[in-house]
Amino acid sequence: MRALEPWVVQPLETFLAESAARLTLLMTSSGQVVAQHGFSRSLDVMTAAALGAGIVASTDELARLMGGAGFEALVHHGQRQSCMLAAFATPRGRWIGLVVFGPETSVGIVRLFFDQMIGQLAAAAPREQPSAPMLAENFETELDASLKALFGR
Amino acid sequence: MTATQTSLDRVTRVAGVRGALIVSAADGLVVAEQLMDGVDGQAAAALTGSLVGRLARTAESAGLRPPVFVHLRGEAGSVLAAPGPDDLVLVAVVGPEANLGLARLEMIEAAGRLA
Repeated sequence: MRALEPWVVQPLETFLAESAARLTLLMTSSGQVVAQHGFSRSLDVMTAAALGAGIVASTDELARLMGGAGFEALVHHGQRQSCMLAAFATPRGRWIGLVVFGPETSVGIVRLFFDQMIGQLAAAAPREQPSAPMLAENFETELDASLKALFGR
Repeated sequence: MTATQTSLDRVTRVAGVRGALIVSAADGLVVAEQLMDGVDGQAAAALTGSLVGRLARTAESAGLRPPVFVHLRGEAGSVLAAPGPDDLVLVAVVGPEANLGLARLEMIEAAGRLA
């Protein structure tokens, strides 16, 4: 498990231990990865983050068209593994969690401990905001640094 | 009244029962529930569904038949579970003063009628 910010580590480690999730990705609503577990290639992480953020944006718009609040979570049930995608509020803005899990656990367990992780993240988040916004001119440098932090190379 | 509501009514009528719910064991999700305030149905469903599934696999690995009733006793009460057909589990959260014998009888009877 790797995270860009140290305060994310403990809540995510607890979630991983309790839920038995195979893959987990935490990202901002724009698809910027905050933490990951289980991915071995940076390309997979970037693709999953972009697709996950896109799906959440689509379902949010769908919910708006239907005249309701946004969906809490989206779950795809598969034969060998399933996937849960959920957006949630943090003191650092709206984040998205993408969780892939197998038959060794259940969607109820994953959801239960995911909700607990949201509470732990809210409690652990530092009160001060990040210093500088992401700008186009330093985007590539920031991306490289993030990928190194997330994959250790 | 539906069969699920009838099952829940029979169980929650027993003295000391704080709530009952019908859980999809594979998903750990609530199908129907009658719970007193303060009982977390989502947590009870997820954790009991997981527990019953693991106990069934444990029994199978040991060459035994799956359990027909599970009693998890704690200091402040118990969680009771009775697996039924179609991967459904009838779960009850009971206080320490509950009539466990009657609750067990009602749950096994009601779980057999779940479908």
